Amino acid sequence: MGLQRFIAERKQSKDILVMAHVVCGYPSFEENLQELEIMAEAGVDLVELQFPFSEPSADGPLFVRANEQSLKSGTTVDQCFDFMKLVSARFPFKVLMMGYYNTAFKMGEVAFVTRVKESGGVGYILPDLPIEESAELHRLSEEAGIEPIILMTPTTSDARLVKLGAVSRGLVYVVARKGVTGSKTQMGDDVLALIERCRQHTDVPLGVGFGISSKADVDVLRGHADIAIVGTAALKIWEEGGAPALRSFFAELMA
Amino acid sequence: MDIFDFSDGREGYYGEYGGVFLPEILQATIEELLACFRECKADPKFWQDYVALLQNYSGRPTPITHLENLSRKLGGAQIYVKRDDLNHTGSHKINNVMGQGLLCQRLGKSKVIAETGAGQHGFATATMAAKFGFECKIYMGAVDVARQRPNVFWMENLGAEVIAVEDGQKTLKDAVNECMRDWVTNMADTHYILGTACGPHPFPEMVSWFQSIIGLEAREQMLKQAGRLPDRVYACVGGGSNAMGIFQGFMDDDVELIGSEGGGHGVGSYMHSSRLAYDDATVGVAQGYKTYFLQNDEGNMNETHSVAAGLDYIGVNPIFAHLHDQGKVRFEAATDVEVKEALKLTMRTEGLIPALESTHAFVTAIKEAPTMGKDQIILINQSGRGDKDIFTIADALDDAKWKSFIGGKADQYRAENN
Repeated sequence: MGLQRFIAERKQSKDILVMAHVVCGYPSFEENLQELEIMAEAGVDLVELQFPFSEPSADGPLFVRANEQSLKSGTTVDQCFDFMKLVSARFPFKVLMMGYYNTAFKMGEVAFVTRVKESGGVGYILPDLPIEESAELHRLSEEAGIEPIILMTPTTSDARLVKLGAVSRGLVYVVARKGVTGSKTQMGDDVLALIERCRQHTDVPLGVGFGISSKADVDVLRGHADIAIVGTAALKIWEEGGAPALRSFFAELMA
Repeated sequence: MDIFDFSDGREGYYGEYGGVFLPEILQATIEELLACFRECKADPKFWQDYVALLQNYSGRPTPITHLENLSRKLGGAQIYVKRDDLNHTGSHKINNVMGQGLLCQRLGKSKVIAETGAGQHGFATATMAAKFGFECKIYMGAVDVARQRPNVFWMENLGAEVIAVEDGQKTLKDAVNECMRDWVTNMADTHYILGTACGPHPFPEMVSWFQSIIGLEAREQMLKQAGRLPDRVYACVGGGSNAMGIFQGFMDDDVELIGSEGGGHGVGSYMHSSRLAYDDATVGVAQGYKTYFLQNDEGNMNETHSVAAGLDYIGVNPIFAHLHDQGKVRFEAATDVEVKEALKLTMRTEGLIPALESTHAFVTAIKEAPTMGKDQIILINQSGRGDKDIFTIADALDDAKWKSFIGGKADQYRAENN
């Protein structure tokens, strides 16, 4: 089943979906599995598996450290794909690859698309790959039936939103504010206006991320966005309080 | 040849290298920067203002010196040196920084950020920001902050805020990442003054354009002083901005261009910064552009090393990656050990103290000069001066008297604090 149809079906029974995030191999693959079990129990709909990269320039301090530590403990691309295969078979949520373009570039775009598909991934997010550079990758993805996720941002002009909208598939990742992952976002009229602006340029579902850390944030998005994307907040909770804290975090977030 | 004529290819690409690989949030900022740069490049008045500023503030044109003693000693080609070490702040970095300062004024932005490795670019940026009245933040790897205190001292006293970056290897590449993170947040009022001809388009072209002043001057000076063009031109290559600067003066001539990279502990050591001279680097995409990087099979960056912090970097500018493919520029490497020997020789025979970075160009030139005829001419770009790097050079030369002086100083400070 395609990503867009999956989202539509899930949205029949809830008014907003949740996408969560783990950095593969940090703190360890075993702990990743525990986190994902909690997410699945809470009813998380989608999960980004971040493949660690040595130069994660779009990430904030917590994810930067997670990338670094994961690589230091020896995490490989192969292990990440194997993990993706395991996770997509075991849990009801859909899985996306998230990472930086060099990971895909080095293995070759054909091999990358094939591996994502074989591992049960429904798409990928490569935040440092602009649409100008992704024509071939998008073509390969369409053939394979996986979705390249486009990002729309508060600084994107209307003219560019038209171009982005034209190639968007599966879902669009709306970046709620300037900056890197992990800082707080003032969830208010600005974000809602941005969502409306994006909505005019694409028919695919909109996920909103960057700085979403509470039920209050999700409530603001309800009725406006299709998916709330929670990244850094969950990792922070896990580091501070482990499984019990993460369980109550998601229980509250998705209540 | 005009390497910046993109009419037959893709804008910002040199062969298959270059491009723009940035998060969507920065696309508008990079478009704004490109438009402003195009406007400046097309405006003769902008270049005149730029040249006048460097003449009045930084001492340009820098001279060319004929190294008669060294030439005689080596018994081959006549050696000339372009003296960009005589710039204010001690290196060619000021050229690019002053140019981007003027551009920043046109952009109407009030804050500047910059990455720095050895501290030369940070020092130059802090100087420019003080003169132009910009608020200034310098990102520097924590390892570099620890080993380059004199430059940090000057940056802070010039009014800049120096931020020690604790991520990754805590060196230059990590400072670049941190600049990107600042820029994606503060681009509305902040210009990123990238220090070398790397990063996303238009930075390689823009930095090369500002540094081309070195080559323009040098070509004219050689014709006047030596009566003809050199047979070979040597420059050290970290990111590659000083080399791009001097090479552009000779691109259309029958002159061999040689780039000298940081050979560190030598070929096969995996402790070096040679992207093109050795075979360890492969094509990849990081830090906003596509080029040769020292990386593993999965695209994660390897550790790099050079005795010269300014050469200690994972990537090389995309223009050189292309010119290397085309055989237009030859790349060699100089090891740490060779650099120390060449520095001693240059100091003793000529009274010149090149920066450790620039000394890499001397190494390759000194190796090759004896194999050339006495009627042949070579030109070396002395991109920076070494006397201000006394701590680093004294360490590199393992000078016992210096160590005892520093030990004494330390005792004195401790006594004062107690």
